[in-house]
This record gives sequence, C-alpha cells and structure tokens, in this order.
Amino acid sequence: MLRLPAFSFHSPETVTEAARILAQDPGNTRVVAGGTDLWPNMKRRHQGAKTIVSLRSIPEMNGICVDDKGGVVIGATTTLDTIIRNETMQEKYPTLVKAITSISSPVLRNAGTIGGNLCLDTRCTYYNQNEEWRRSISYCMKAEGDVCWVAPSSPRCWAVSSGDSVPMLCALGAEISLHSADGERVLPLAELFNDDGMDYLSKRPDEILTRVRIPAPSGERTGYWKLRRRGSIDYGVLSVAAAAWCSGETTDRIELWLGSVGSTPVRCDASIDHLTGKPLTAETIAEAAAMARKGDGANPLGNTDFAPQWRGKMIEKYVEAVLREVAGLPVERLAPHHG
Amino acid sequence: MEQQDHSAMEHQQVFKKLSVNGEPHSVGFSVHHSLLEVLREQMQLTGTKHGCELGECGTCTVLIDGQPVLSCLELAVECEGREITTVEGMMIGNDLHPLQEAFADLGAAQCGYCTPGILMTAKALLEENPAPTRDEVVSALAGNLCRCTGYHKILEGIDWAAAKMRGDEDFRPPREAIYGDPLPGEEPSDA
Repeated sequence: MLRLPAFSFHSPETVTEAARILAQDPGNTRVVAGGTDLWPNMKRRHQGAKTIVSLRSIPEMNGICVDDKGGVVIGATTTLDTIIRNETMQEKYPTLVKAITSISSPVLRNAGTIGGNLCLDTRCTYYNQNEEWRRSISYCMKAEGDVCWVAPSSPRCWAVSSGDSVPMLCALGAEISLHSADGERVLPLAELFNDDGMDYLSKRPDEILTRVRIPAPSGERTGYWKLRRRGSIDYGVLSVAAAAWCSGETTDRIELWLGSVGSTPVRCDASIDHLTGKPLTAETIAEAAAMARKGDGANPLGNTDFAPQWRGKMIEKYVEAVLREVAGLPVERLAPHHG
Repeated sequence: MEQQDHSAMEHQQVFKKLSVNGEPHSVGFSVHHSLLEVLREQMQLTGTKHGCELGECGTCTVLIDGQPVLSCLELAVECEGREITTVEGMMIGNDLHPLQEAFADLGAAQCGYCTPGILMTAKALLEENPAPTRDEVVSALAGNLCRCTGYHKILEGIDWAAAKMRGDEDFRPPREAIYGDPLPGEEPSDA
C-alpha cells in the first residue's frame, strides 16, 4: 500500500482560524480541500508537511453565488462537479464549464476543487514519479536534486502548469482572494502565477486562496480546446482559451491564453495585439495562430506526454480552431471529446 | 519543497464513528490514513481494491453520501458523519444488486479487480439517471479503468441492469454479449 507520511491534522471551521494555524509554521504546513493533487504528491514524497489543515469544514469557502454586479463568486473548496452542475455557471460561463468538465475524471471531479485546480502543482516527467524512480536519477531540481533533467544546463525548473480551468478564467478576467493572518488581498488570477516550475505561485505559504470572482458576462464569445492522449484522466498537454468582445465585425477586445505549454499560463500578447481592432476572418485568425506558436513564450519541452515539436505545431492548429469557433467560422477538425 | 522525513513523527490517533453500508462502526486509526486503508485494514472490508493509490485507476471507488469518490484519496478522519457505501453493501437483502447480477450473467468481470469500483460508479449513475445513454455511461465511467474486458461487456451489463431496475422486462442484451449458459427464460443458442 502506498501510504501517506504521518502528519498532524486540523479541521478549522473559519478562514481566520485556518490562517492562524497556517501562520504558526507556514513552511511545514499545507492546506488541503479535495486532496486529489496533494495526496498523490505526498504519497510519492514530492511534497511533505508536518501539519495538514483541511479547509472542508469552512462553510464560507464553499459554494457559488452571484454578486451585486452580476458576476459569480466561487468558494475555493467548491468541487469541480458542483461547478459543472450549477445552472448559473452553465448559463453564464458555458465555456468555462466545458473546460472544467475536461479536468481529469468524474470521480476526481467529485473531490477536486476549483482552488486546488488553480494551485495545482506544476508537473514534469522527471518529477511525477515514485520515490525509487526519482532516486535512480539522483532526483531533480524541483524536489531534492540539483539538475533540471529536461534542460540540464538550465538554472531553472521547467515543470508545466496544467490547471485546466486557468486559461479560461484568465481570459474571462477572474480575480482571486488570498487570506492570511494579516488580512485579505485581491488580485487578478493571472498574477497568481510565476514563470518558474518550482516557485510557480505568487501566493505566500501563509496565504489561503479562499475564492474566485468571475466578472459578469458582457457579450463575449468564448472557446476552449484541450489536447491530451486519452479523453479523460490524463493531464492536458495543451489548452487554449479565448474570449472576444466584438462590435459588428470589429474585435474590440480579445483575450487568448494557453495552458500546459510552460511553467505559467501564457497570454498570447502578439496574437491579441494583431487581432484587436480587426475583424476575425480566416486570414487574421491564421496569422494570429502562427504568432501564438512563435512569439508568446509558449515553450513546449520534452517533459510531458507527446513530442515537444508536435505539441508546438498543435499550438497553431488549436489556436486557429478555437478562434474560428469564436468567430463562428467552420472548424475543419472536430473538437476533442471531453468528459 | 524539500522532502521531509516524518517517519519518527508520533502518529496522531483518532477514534471515530464511521457509517459504512448503513451500519455504525467505531474505529480507531491514524489521521493520515486514507479511507481505503481503514476500510481494508481496520474494518476488513477488502471488497474495495487498492490499485494505483494515486487517483488514476478508479478501483478503490466507494460512495460517500451517494457520490462516487476515490477512497485512496480521502482521509478517513474526514468521513465521520457521512454515509459510506462499499461493494459489500450493494446486495439488497439476500439478493444481488441488479448490477452485480448483470455483471455475473454477462461476464462483465474478467480478472475482477476493477469490478468493485465500476459497480459503485455505475450504482451512483443509475440512481441519478435510470435510463442513461451509452455516451452517458461511458462519461460516468471515464475514471474507472479496466485492463481486461475491453469495456463492452461492462457497458452491456450496465445497460441491462438499468433496464432491470426500470422494470423494463422486454430489454435483452445482445445475443453475442451473453457468456455461457442462456439467460433465465431464454432458449439455448444453436452455437
């Protein structure tokens, strides 16, 4: 049996109490809600903790409500399955629901939470292995070792950010709340992420992600596609999310984000600049898709499923497909089946 | 984070009342033990299997408050006050659950290791949706891996169990799905 290491366990009933416990020894304490990321990591001894603080008994962190501006606030411990089944979410953010439906498998979505998906540990072929496997390569930089085996001369870790809800939530302009014993701060979700496989969150160890707020829909057209080997369970190796606000033929504003192509979600700045103020036509979309592959920091390396060169080519294909879907143009390939 | 060796750490023990298959059980265990460990090792309910123990295979699926979840990724300490159903609790009195019956009649279990998890996931599906389409069954089972049957017999077993549970007596599984002897009330096939 693959067992968890021993820890002491707390199950506070308020955020204040959870933050107080966390503040006592933030370096050796971890918060958990669904456990679908943390427990496998602790079983394989990637991550450790002397103290575990379960957030499940905190009512204020669970649930979905509409705020006074018509946006939606989701408590961080709300399960992915609850979000998918929520009628408000289906009505207001159908593409986000599609993205969340693509996460892992139904049994894991029954336990996994939105906060956990946003804080998902970065992943790598040389890291997500059992202890014996990793010991045989003298470990890697992300856990106990010194070398990044993906790029051995690299001074940094290249583990991949694969939270499937992240690109769509970034495209929709979501904000998150972080609570600590010092109080609360609110920041755009995009600012939660650092481009570093090890230090991948800007959240401090003593902070708890308590909720996500998504602005009210304002006429955006959205699209989301995800690439992986099987139709479920597997982590994505590419996800593309787009939201476009258009008046008539003109694109007033567009957001285009990639996931699972680097240590952070990637905003396709060049593609966005190219499309803003222009109509979404087959030509502008094809140009923007080529830019997304070449110029925006998307850097698939040999540390996930599939060959990195092919994944690079797929960025262009998938961005083109998502943008065509957003523009209402026919898409040659069928969208991948999710669920 | 650096790996930390907490092997010398004193185990925090708890004594909890768990409701399993409708019966209350008082069980003592360490707080870092999964529900799977407690079911199998403390309560001797070994029908729930341990497979990957990392959330990838689904064989340890149990129902918690009617929802299928992976017992390998659930702390037992968090299950107090919730109703846990394992494969041992599927029988209705002395009768097999229609899913168990259909799986046995159609040979939907080969090595049988994935079967408890698939039965629990299918039970939750049929309680929510008595007449699922084939796509809905496939989607619901997307987290339960089987390495033997190729899934067809499992899907046919679930279709048939769903029909039995709906009282649809006219439903018959495809002839080629029937393994061995004919179904009760059926003529033997020429083959």
